[in-house]
Amino acid sequence: MSQSKRSVVLVDAVRTPFGKAGSLYAGTRADDLMVRALRGLLERNPRVDPSAIDDVAIAAATQSGDQGMNIGRSVALLAGLPKSVPGYSIDRWCAGALTAMTTIAGAIAMGAYDIGIAGGVEHMGNHPMGEGIDPNPRYLAEKIVEQDALAMGNTAERLHDRFPAITKERSDKYALRSQEKTAQAYADGKIQRDLIPTATRTPELGWTVATVDEPPRPGTTLEGLAALKTPFRPAGRVTAGNAAGLNDGATASILASEESAIALGLTVKARMVTFAFAGVEPEVMGYGPVPATEKALHKAGLSIADIGLFEINEAFAVQVLAFLDHFGIADDDTRVNPFGGAIAVGHPLASSGVRLALNLARSFEEHPSVRYGITTMCIGLGMGGTIIWENPHFNGKGGK
Amino acid sequence: MTLSPDLELPVGAPEEVITHALVRDVDLTSFGYKGSLALITLDNGEDHNRPNTFGAKSLSALDAAITDAASRKPSAIAITGKPFIFAAGADLSALAFLTKREQALAIGKYGHDVFRRLGELDIPTFAFINGLALGGGLEVGLHCSYRTLSSTALTGLPEVFLGLVPGWGGATLLPKLIGPERAVQVIVLNALNNNTMLKSKDALALGVVDAVYEPADFLEKSVAFAASVLSGTVVINRHDYSQGTAWDNAVEIGTKAALKKYGGATIAAPTRALELIAASRSASRTSGFDSEDQTLADLTMSDPLRASLYAFNLMQKKRKKVEGAPKPALARKITKVGVVGAGLMASQLALLLVRNLKCPVVMTDIDQERADKGVAWVHAELLKLVEKRRMSQESAHRLSLLISGSSDQSVFAGCDFVIEAIFEELTLKQSLFKSLEKIVSPECVLATNTSSLSVEAMSEGLDNPERVIGFHFFNPVAIMPLLEIARTSKTDDATTATAVSIGKELKKTMVITKDAPGFVVNRLLTRFMGEITDAMDEGTPPEVADNSMRSIGFPMSPFELLGLVGPGVALHVSETLHKNLGDRYRISPTMAAMVKAGVRTFYIKDENGQSVANPEAVALISTGQSPSSASEVRTRALTAIAEEARMMLDEGVVSSAAEIDLCMLLGAGWPMHLGGILPYLDREGISDAVCGQRFHQPGVASLP
Repeated sequence: MSQSKRSVVLVDAVRTPFGKAGSLYAGTRADDLMVRALRGLLERNPRVDPSAIDDVAIAAATQSGDQGMNIGRSVALLAGLPKSVPGYSIDRWCAGALTAMTTIAGAIAMGAYDIGIAGGVEHMGNHPMGEGIDPNPRYLAEKIVEQDALAMGNTAERLHDRFPAITKERSDKYALRSQEKTAQAYADGKIQRDLIPTATRTPELGWTVATVDEPPRPGTTLEGLAALKTPFRPAGRVTAGNAAGLNDGATASILASEESAIALGLTVKARMVTFAFAGVEPEVMGYGPVPATEKALHKAGLSIADIGLFEINEAFAVQVLAFLDHFGIADDDTRVNPFGGAIAVGHPLASSGVRLALNLARSFEEHPSVRYGITTMCIGLGMGGTIIWENPHFNGKGGK
Repeated sequence: MTLSPDLELPVGAPEEVITHALVRDVDLTSFGYKGSLALITLDNGEDHNRPNTFGAKSLSALDAAITDAASRKPSAIAITGKPFIFAAGADLSALAFLTKREQALAIGKYGHDVFRRLGELDIPTFAFINGLALGGGLEVGLHCSYRTLSSTALTGLPEVFLGLVPGWGGATLLPKLIGPERAVQVIVLNALNNNTMLKSKDALALGVVDAVYEPADFLEKSVAFAASVLSGTVVINRHDYSQGTAWDNAVEIGTKAALKKYGGATIAAPTRALELIAASRSASRTSGFDSEDQTLADLTMSDPLRASLYAFNLMQKKRKKVEGAPKPALARKITKVGVVGAGLMASQLALLLVRNLKCPVVMTDIDQERADKGVAWVHAELLKLVEKRRMSQESAHRLSLLISGSSDQSVFAGCDFVIEAIFEELTLKQSLFKSLEKIVSPECVLATNTSSLSVEAMSEGLDNPERVIGFHFFNPVAIMPLLEIARTSKTDDATTATAVSIGKELKKTMVITKDAPGFVVNRLLTRFMGEITDAMDEGTPPEVADNSMRSIGFPMSPFELLGLVGPGVALHVSETLHKNLGDRYRISPTMAAMVKAGVRTFYIKDENGQSVANPEAVALISTGQSPSSASEVRTRALTAIAEEARMMLDEGVVSSAAEIDLCMLLGAGWPMHLGGILPYLDREGISDAVCGQRFHQPGVASLP
């Protein structure tokens, strides 16, 4: 029997509103956030028969407690999916959900699966970054990585060191634009439509239902950003204002073979072209998207000029700017993160990959003249991951 | 806020666990409605084991929250609970300490004053019933314009079960909402039927709630429902039942059910609830609520309610804690049990044991055929459970394989617990235990299900008499919740602890008694029944004797009970007690004649299904020449109970009057409004007259 690659499409993606770590969702479990995203996703895709889901891949960077117990399977059960639907957990730190998508997509492409769920969750309030880690002493003893590699803020400072042209002012300006673009997207109702209302409670405050992101700071000014402390080093450049915060949230997406999607009458929001992951020196992990994107473009036989829309995770402004500089894209290019990014809405680590795909899919709808877009992100311990997507609404006009 | 003096915590009452009412806004924009919802969360700050309840301070907190919520100018107000719990109703702990009618009236009225605000605002209100909602908890919801219910939540109005009425609006609002027949079902029939709760699908079908959602996103769905109601995309139509013809019929059904439950007695709680339901047809909210206040005050300031609360608390408390039980750590592990006998009683025991202990259960009888029959009966019962969907096929497979039967007692080797349920004959049981002792280990507990023989006598001559214990069930053993555990003077703590731990596994409430004839329930019941049959034998017409106790509210009359137990068993018990306890236990010649003639019952059904006197039994009545009046029979029966109970306490059969009450509540099904029985004897003055003292101090199970 011959095996051939099948076209993989993004049917839909959603997320919970994001919260500041230990704030909006202080009394809410990570698995409950993930359940909420998944149930909301399936509810708005009634044509997807839950029993036909081949697998549920759920990412979390810390896989213990309410993010443990094989959260993929656990969430499938808690969400009320038929017990016949399997699930597994994924970890690639920040690129968890992105990897969940590529992994499910790989299985669909090789014909093993028809429909799968990919998502991610991080409750950084319940699981602070680095919780329970136990780095092998060889890392430092044998200089396998430098000391800075294990603290993400330090890796961002190191990226500034490597690219002196990226100043603190450029980073702050970029951060400000992220806040402004997010505020505009909210004003235009472009974010809320994909947020699944999520009940949350603390014993002190009682119940409410979250319907919007908590992290954005719409009133941010350049002056305000300039005045922020640089916690990672004296006279540093990385601040709480030009980096993503510590956040809680969950995302979920449906991927399917294009033939299944068509047969079932499902929406097709994006078509996966290819993907790539690449490693860099861990102490400048923020550079990861550059080689990952180069590699993906090469595999796809495309050049950066073919890409009309970019969703790049904003772990740090410097890391986005390093990517833009490498590809000769202006800091304020409107093709990049048109709805703003993680600096404004937050970055619940392993959940963010799906948020990028969600935003890109929405931008595809607005720009039928664009044929290709990418989602890309940097990953701790020195990696980047990139997915190239094709716009199903592409109308052949405009060329890119 | 200061509460009126009548609402202050009564002297002696435990401090109120305050249910706080927290208010937060929910933006409805994402749900398609431009506006906001003020969401009140009820939360007493404890986990789900301590449900939200409403005392005066909690009501005050809710009052303030409603004011706060309304001041936010929301489009609607909603109220929900803490995880797994909405609210379990009024804080009953203070009720038993109220000394003045004004206090009872005040708490009823205050509940109305607060709750009714939810029904009288100029914006819609919603109850999002996310978990358990009982009594006042459900009533909060009934005041709201709309209700949603979590699919796994239980709800109901247990007030009538407790001797109260749904007096915070329930008795008035529910009939208006769902009609009289359904309201009678929820308020009266369910309460009388062992306090049956409503499952979500029933609550929805009855119209008690408007929508049911799964717990995983119950609140989100409920908020979406509210937004749909506000925007008009969902319209809930209410029916006006006031013109219907069902009212009289509904009240009649309720009245009949209450009479049946209480053996023909008219009992206050269901009667008063039915009056309120009937009145709600034309009552305004205000007049309905006023009537509820008055009824609640009447009942709260009555002895039956105090006895009922006492009984309820007693049953709750003793279900968990067994009075006088040795340390649980002394209990031995149970990995295999034996049942001697394979008759109906033994088979019932085997089924109960295997279902709960889930370990090998071996049964024996005098031949293989009988043993096989017992095993087959258990298998058949397991199959029935599967058919009724009360057990999975897998569990039935597992349990079926654990049951075996033999005619050879050597199969008891390796058992940790063997219970005998053979013929009630002491010498047979003595020789049985002697032969068992050669088969089982010295630690194996040897238990007897005897109802009246001496347990200690059965242990005589054994190498290890300390492992013999009475383990007395009530028929039907799967349903009756009481287990009398009888310790002999030799029974050691490890044996008792093991028996108690098995009883816990069997989910029984246990009372540890001295090894005295008839233990508690049979001793008291037989004494009581003896007075009735004696009166009849003396020449009292049987119907006069049998009906003499109707007004008290026992679930069945003495002769109905006799029909259930069977004259043979009853005669045997009274013979044993006569022999061991003396002449106050007499052998009724009528009973002896019935047993001899094989007449099993005083009542038979006629062609219409009505109970009528059995002519065969009537013909056997030995008619004396000194008839008593009904009231004389009643007095002598109650006198006998008081006398016997006092003797039991003096002899140390049990250590407290409460344990006697517990036994009669759970072993004889005597009603809560009697507090079992002793609170009733106290309040009728019988205890004082007979024993020169009460069984309970005033206020414990009565008005102070």
